[in-house]
Amino acid sequence: MNRVSSCFFSRNILKLFFSLVIICSSNSSFAAGEKISYPQLNWSFAGILGTFDRTSQQRGLQVYKEVCSGCHGMRLLAYRNLKSIGYNDDEIKAFAAENTVNTINDDGEIVERPARPSDKFVSPYPNDKAARAANGGAYPPDLSLIVKARPDGANYLHALLTGYVEAPAEKNVPDGMYYNKYYSGNLIGMPQPLYDDGVEYADGTKATPYQMAKDVTAFLAWASEPEMEDRKRLGISVMLFLLLLTALSYFAMKQIWAPIKKQ
Amino acid sequence: MSKSKFKNPVVKWIDYRLPIFSFMDHELNHYPTPKNLNYFWNFGSLAGFALVTMIVSGIVLSMNYTAHVDYAFDSVERIMRDVNHGWLIRYIHMNGASFFFIVVYIHIFRGLYYGSYKAPRELLWILGVLILLLMMATAFMGYVLPWGQMSFWGATVITNLFSAIPFVGESIVTWLWGGFSVDNSTLNRFFSLHFVLPFVIVGVVILHLIALHRFGSNNPIGIDVRGTQDTVPFSPYYTIKDLFGLSVFLSFFAAAVFFFPNFMGHPDNYIEANPMVTPAHIVPEWYFLPFYAILRAIPDKLGGVLFMFGAIAVLFVLPWLDRSPVRSSQFRPIFKIFFWILFLDCILLGYLGAMPAEGIYVILSRIATAYYFFHFLILFPLLPYIEKTKPLPISISEPILGGGSTASAFAVREKK
Repeated sequence: MNRVSSCFFSRNILKLFFSLVIICSSNSSFAAGEKISYPQLNWSFAGILGTFDRTSQQRGLQVYKEVCSGCHGMRLLAYRNLKSIGYNDDEIKAFAAENTVNTINDDGEIVERPARPSDKFVSPYPNDKAARAANGGAYPPDLSLIVKARPDGANYLHALLTGYVEAPAEKNVPDGMYYNKYYSGNLIGMPQPLYDDGVEYADGTKATPYQMAKDVTAFLAWASEPEMEDRKRLGISVMLFLLLLTALSYFAMKQIWAPIKKQ
Repeated sequence: MSKSKFKNPVVKWIDYRLPIFSFMDHELNHYPTPKNLNYFWNFGSLAGFALVTMIVSGIVLSMNYTAHVDYAFDSVERIMRDVNHGWLIRYIHMNGASFFFIVVYIHIFRGLYYGSYKAPRELLWILGVLILLLMMATAFMGYVLPWGQMSFWGATVITNLFSAIPFVGESIVTWLWGGFSVDNSTLNRFFSLHFVLPFVIVGVVILHLIALHRFGSNNPIGIDVRGTQDTVPFSPYYTIKDLFGLSVFLSFFAAAVFFFPNFMGHPDNYIEANPMVTPAHIVPEWYFLPFYAILRAIPDKLGGVLFMFGAIAVLFVLPWLDRSPVRSSQFRPIFKIFFWILFLDCILLGYLGAMPAEGIYVILSRIATAYYFFHFLILFPLLPYIEKTKPLPISISEPILGGGSTASAFAVREKK
């Protein structure tokens, strides 16, 4: 009798506890902004087994380079990191060399040299103040962690990039601000970045704003969590090991306890 | 020297001079443990495991971390991106904190449900509350170290609470900060304290264990062990059961670390700290939310702080608030109902702590806070006068024998 009821209680408590954890954490994450719902896209990297789509990521890098990098930096990413989205050493070297970085030569003078694969992505502005000054006081955030730094980051980013619509008549849009239906408060300092054929994809994919937003989001999702594929792969092995350990220790426990339970 | 129980000559030689092997044999092997413990008694050893995991992963992280406002955020990202398996170590540490609190909260509610705080285990309980308090301080300071937006603003809000102390409050806050705002010296001292406090926790855990082994574990029936028929040696019975519990725990933990590592975190903490930009809502980590709700429920700043600390302080004196001689809720029908109300009340407080402090949430917070203190300060002392407890079985082995309904226990008692 007692054992049955305590077992019932334990199951209920566990359930309650985990729902508590889920309720609290999910609420705390969207407590930070107004509740605007974004279209939920089917991301290849979502879910336990999801991986990045290399071709989409490479197109995304192109969108970043040709559109976003005019204002947004990616200071936590190094050019060498591009290897894991499918570029070879020569391509990376050439890609890095398109940028220049400052260095001090043997005479102690500051000189420019081409960037190397070991360098971090060169930011468009020398500092935050220069970035603000060039953008009417609005700071274009660094994109290295952007997908992790927003609730429901990938969907949010895609929605934001495709969310530029005609402002409703009653909405006053001041100079230097733009109307975006997914931005909190609807007024954003960033002008619409993506237009039809804004870039020309080498693989012939039609460069619609929807497609470009999807590709650049896939690229930025990887930039936020470059370890994701390794993490999930290792996770599967660890889970299999733990399931086995759980099963073995359960039966060992049952066997060891059998004489005591029989008494 | 009586005949040694060890065969290995080296072990024998050492043990004669330094009896650590006898000690371990006594405390971990033969240690008599009630044989009716349920799975809720797994959470003590799980908490110990979580503590060790946090210390080991934390030491490795500290080798790669830079405690400076200009470098802290980037050094954490360097760990995530460039240190070999740094992401794994950091996610273990980050999620480990949450799991440590889950385990400890279950451990505490178990103690509440089965009356584990009652004589002669009062000091055991008090040491446990002290560990909770130290854990909270450590977790709070650890959360500041990545120097994200929530780190910075959480530190600002919480340290500012001390300014509510009359007359000396402002000076205390300046002293805590080491300056006139949360800045580099704050980060440095928090890192230093975050590193050292876990070892203080280890010390208190050792005292907790010494106090535990003095009278042994409480048990689901809450009556004292009567003799060897009521106990089993700790090993192999509870070592294997703890191993099973550990594997289940690790399965949940690994699922979080590998598949949902940021689920319990806040996205804002991936934005570097910026003293010029305040986040829309400053929310602490989930394990502080019930206390945060109590803090905000009180309209007065000093009052809020006092009630928040009071919520923990009241746990210290729990053994003297509950005067009922019956430990386990199984034999306390009214206590049991109120236990579950308290449990739900704490969950409600946690939920309210995550909500903005406005409208209905404030009213609910006040009701939930009032209930929390009512439960401990009024209900606990009064209940023994009102409640009719169920008859206790005479021994632990009896209900396990299978024939043990309370009716038969009662019959045996009457025969006596």
